[in-house]
Formats: sequence, structure tokens, C-alpha cells
Amino acid sequence: MASMTAPVDHYSALFARRESAGLPAWLPPLQRAAHSRFAELGFPTRRDEEWRFTDIRPIAEVPFRPASGGADAGALAAEFGFGGLAQIVFVDGRYAPELSSIDELPGGAKVVPLSGALRSHAALLEPHLGRYAAFEREPFVALNTALFAEGAFLHVPRGVAMAEPIHILYLATEDGAMITPRTLIVADEGSQATVVESYAGSGTAVTFTNAVTEVAVAERAFVDHYKLQREGDRAFHIAQMKVNLKAQSVFSSHSITLGAAIARNDVTAYLGGRHIECTLNGLYLGHGSRLIDNHTAIDHAMPDCGSHEVYKGILDGRSRGVFNGKIFVREDAQKTDAKQTNRTLLLSEDAQINTKPQLEIFADDVKCTHGATVGQLNAEQLFYLRTRGIALDEARAILIYAFAGDIVNRIKVPALREAMDEIVGSRS
Amino acid sequence: MALLEIRGLTAEADGKKILKGVDLTVNAGEVHAIMGVNGSGKSTLANVLAGREAYKVTGGEVLYKGQDLLEMEPEERAGEGLFLAFQYPVEIPGVNNTYFLKAALNAIRKYQGQEPLDAVQFMALVKEKLKILHIDPSLLQRPVNEGFSGGEKKRNEIFQLAVLDPQLAILDETDSGLDIDAIKSVSEGVNALRSPDRAVVVVTHYQRILRYIVPDFVHVLLDGRIVLSGGKELAQKVDTEGFEWLEAQARQPALAGN
Repeated sequence: MASMTAPVDHYSALFARRESAGLPAWLPPLQRAAHSRFAELGFPTRRDEEWRFTDIRPIAEVPFRPASGGADAGALAAEFGFGGLAQIVFVDGRYAPELSSIDELPGGAKVVPLSGALRSHAALLEPHLGRYAAFEREPFVALNTALFAEGAFLHVPRGVAMAEPIHILYLATEDGAMITPRTLIVADEGSQATVVESYAGSGTAVTFTNAVTEVAVAERAFVDHYKLQREGDRAFHIAQMKVNLKAQSVFSSHSITLGAAIARNDVTAYLGGRHIECTLNGLYLGHGSRLIDNHTAIDHAMPDCGSHEVYKGILDGRSRGVFNGKIFVREDAQKTDAKQTNRTLLLSEDAQINTKPQLEIFADDVKCTHGATVGQLNAEQLFYLRTRGIALDEARAILIYAFAGDIVNRIKVPALREAMDEIVGSRS
Repeated sequence: MALLEIRGLTAEADGKKILKGVDLTVNAGEVHAIMGVNGSGKSTLANVLAGREAYKVTGGEVLYKGQDLLEMEPEERAGEGLFLAFQYPVEIPGVNNTYFLKAALNAIRKYQGQEPLDAVQFMALVKEKLKILHIDPSLLQRPVNEGFSGGEKKRNEIFQLAVLDPQLAILDETDSGLDIDAIKSVSEGVNALRSPDRAVVVVTHYQRILRYIVPDFVHVLLDGRIVLSGGKELAQKVDTEGFEWLEAQARQPALAGN
């Protein structure tokens, strides 16, 4: 086994070489602290409870480096874009203005590259950037925080409702590239936004995306977030989303995993006010030897909030899935209504899933339920369809589609829902 | 040529012998009733004909339109015009009834070398059949059988039968769990399909449904064999006298044989 200190030294060298000219004064200390913490923690191993089923040595073993750049990603941007949506595109970690269309947003809302925002809107970023994504115990958050230089910043001012979704597209194309996207979404009081954050890549490149997304949803704001991961089969994708919710806000997240060799998503929502509604849904499709690990945590700190979570997976070949869903209900969080479900369909003998709900409840007047099911295609249903003339392959496709359908049908962005319809239909 | 010819059919499930030599000939235009108590093998017979894998055919043969039925996949049997109305119709959450029915009809049409129906043609057909069967159109928008009452499920089977227009319909205890009104409307649906080209096999425990779907032939299945065949009056006799006298009668040749 390779020494685990070598990769840490490798990334420390990258940290030492990074540019910090022009950054607001508060950022370099944060990045230094994050780097120190990463150097202490190192990459996680399977002895770490949070990484028990996900061996990231294949990532640690490759000395990834920032992309040299210059890739022509026009075709990829067209392939993975959604016609008609305003989009901001990054190629191998660099902002690609020629592929982006972000000029006109209503009501003073803006989506801009983070590098520019750090220089032009530092005061707007300071209360949020790095405030939600704690890195003390999370090596990949520490690594992202230490190294990020670019990403997307979306700001929706108070009371502004954005009618059209925004598409943030991160493309991974260059073999050996480490990509460190940092996304910050700030929805001020009473505002409304729909965001599609997607990650995509070309077929064969070995890339390492280590993404962190912070979402701040102020009082009475609505944010509908979709994450779509369609990286190449040899890509590594680690992503952490940290959501901070204030009173009476409504947040929903749909996390859809279709790509990468190893994909790990952490979604953490902190419900810090009363009457918040939080939905975390997910859909993962695995084939080949893909590993898909979804960790979610919903932290109910205040009374009268609801959280709803449905994660569904379809695993074929030798693919593996991991689901870990934590729900914390703090002492003050009376009248919490929390429901969590994880359902996985295994299409082959060799596919497997490890699923673990974790409920920690400290309040006494709450309603919390969880359930996990793992199963195969229902033989009775298959037979029924076949007796009606539907061939076995099509019968399987119909049942797989039906299984995924209740997640796909909840997608409120038509272009994304149609794309998913097609993908789920053709994979099955 | 008979539409369906079963000769010496034996089958087992989980190593248990259930069919012990069934002979039956069904011609186009005929309605046959197969009566029997629970465990006599009547549902097994229906399911073996539809191609359910849980049953293992151990002997005999089944010719359907002169072809070896047992060699065909379930979907091929459907393509050739065989339809089984399930005793327990299967719920398929997430699959819309209309979508399902259109997929089924067009799969069968494709098998038969016909062009698929487009949405407009399909809906016209569906509306016509709904009217004949007195079925609530809202049923079309619901997932297949999910949350349907027992009666709705059975009606949905007959509705599928009407839309898919098979040559040989096998009704597996379609009457079980239905009240008399539901039996009447299901029977009307079946009777509307009776024609010189088609045949119906009604598998049932009770004579009730046979008052409405009047059979040409009645067969009594007992312990995996057809022990008695007759006309429609046999159903009446079974109804009034029960199956016991037949069981007693059937035991005698078995004793003699030992």
C-alpha cells in the first residue's frame, strides 16, 4: 500500500504554489487553516466510520494537479447543457466565458465566477463563504477550502423571484486534472431560485473533482436545487453540499448520480429556524464497477420543521452503493416531522448496497420514520407484463423506469426531467 | 384443427405433483368451464398455459393452433393470441394503466406484423371498450391495479382482454371475491367477446359465473385429472351435489388400479 503521507505532501506543494494576490484579507487565513487541517487529517481511510464502505485509495494514489487548460470544451458544453437555460460553465476548474450566458438576470440577481466575486463583492461573500462548510473533521472539505480558486457565486437579492432556472456546469476533461469547484448560493429573505448544478466529463479522462457547495437560504426564501453528476467512467467525484436554512424557508435538493468511478456525495442541511421545509431526494444509477456513496445529514435544531428524504438507487453489474442518512432532532426541535426512505433495486447478483439510517432524537414530541428496502425486479410484475405481450427486456425497462419515476417526476425543471426520462429509459 | 389441444399434461411445483395427466380439447367458438375445489390443479393448469415459470411441466404436450405452446415465452403466447385473466391481478406502482395497455397492445400488434396504433387510434379503441364494459375512465389514469378494489382489478383484467382481443381467453377464478353485480358486468364483458373465432376457458370453483357465461362444455378437475366432462348441466349438478360424489367415484378406479 502506498504511504498516505505522500499524497498529503503532494497537495501541500500545490497549496504552496497557489496565487493569493488580490484576494480579500479574510480569505488567505481561512485557506491556510484549511490546509493545516488537511495536512493533519490526511485522506480518510476505511477505519474512519464515515468512509467505512468507500476506499478512496485510488484517488490518493494519483498525483492529481491543476489542469494545464486550453481544452476546447464547446462540444461537451453543448452535450451537457440544457438548451434555453442561462448557464455558467467551467472547464477543468476555469471559468469559460465563451460557453456561458449569464448577462441578464432579473431583479439584480447575479451568477458570476467566484474569482471575480471575491474581488468585486468580497463583503457580500464574507458572511457566507467557508461559514457552512466546516472542515475540522472533513478532509475533502479542508482540501477544497485550501485549494479552491474558482467556482460559481449565485446571489438572489431580497424578494427577488427568478422565474428561470440557472445552470452551473462544471466540466472535467483533462487527464490527471484535479478540479476544485467551490459554489456559493445565497438566497436572501423571501427570494426564490432554481439551480441546476451539474458535473460532467468526457469518457476516458481520469479526473478528480473535489467540490464544495454552500447554500444559504434566508428567512422565507425558496431554493430548489438539482445536482446532476455525469462525469466519465474513470473520473473520481467527491462533493459536499452544506445547506443553512433559516425560518420559514423551503429548500429541496435532488441529487442524481449517473457517472464517475467513485462518486461520493455528502448533503448536510442545518434547519436553524422554525417552520422550515427541507426535502433531500436522490437517484443513483450504477453499472460496471462504479461505487456510489451518498451521505446525508439533516439537523433539526428548532421546532415545527419538516424534512422529507427519498433516495433511490438502481445498481447493475458489479456496482456498489452506500447510503447513510442521519437525522438529528435536537432537544428544542419539538414537533419535528422527519421521514427518510432509501430504496435500492439490484439488477445483478454482484451489485450491492450498504444502507444505514441513523436517527438521533433528543426531543420527545416528534414524528420520525425511516425505512430501507433492497430488492430485485418483482418476478410477478415481470410475468404479468409478459403475459400481456411485452417482451422481457421491455418489461424490465418499464419496471426500472417506474421505480425511478417517482424521483424523476418530482423534478420541476422540464429540460432536466426530460433528459432524465431519456437517461433512465435508455439505461434500463 | 383444434385451437387448443392438451394431451397427458403433467406438472409440478416445488417438487409436488399437481397436474397428473390432463387431456382437453378446445375448438374455436367454444366456451369451456373447468371446475374444481382448491388444490385440484385448476389454477396450475391456467398458469402453465400462460407460461408461469414456477410450474415445471414434467410430461405431456400442449398444442395451440398446432404449435408447441410449452416452447413459447409468455410474451410469444400473448402474441399468438392467448390471454390469461389473473386470479390475483398484479399491482404495478409507477406504471400508468394507459401506458401499460398501449405498450401491450402495440407489442402484440408488432408480433402479429401489424402497424402500432398511434395515441389517437389507441384512445378511440379504449373509449369504445370502456363503454361496452361500463368501466370508469379514471381507471386509465391510475397505476396498473395499484389500490384497486378486488372488483376493479377483475374488471381491469376483462378490460385488458377486450382491448387485446385474444383468440383464447383463460379466466382464472375471475369470479372469486366478486359480488353478483360485478360478476354480471364481468360476464357481459366476456360474452361480448364470444365469436366463432374465439374460445374461452373459465376456471372456477363455483357455478355462479356459469349462469352468466354459459359454457358449451364443463369439466371437473380433481387431484390433477379431468374426471368428468359434460354439458352445461354438469355445472348445475356440481353446484347442488358438491364435489364429494365425484371424489368418491374417482377413488374407485384408483383403488382398482392398485
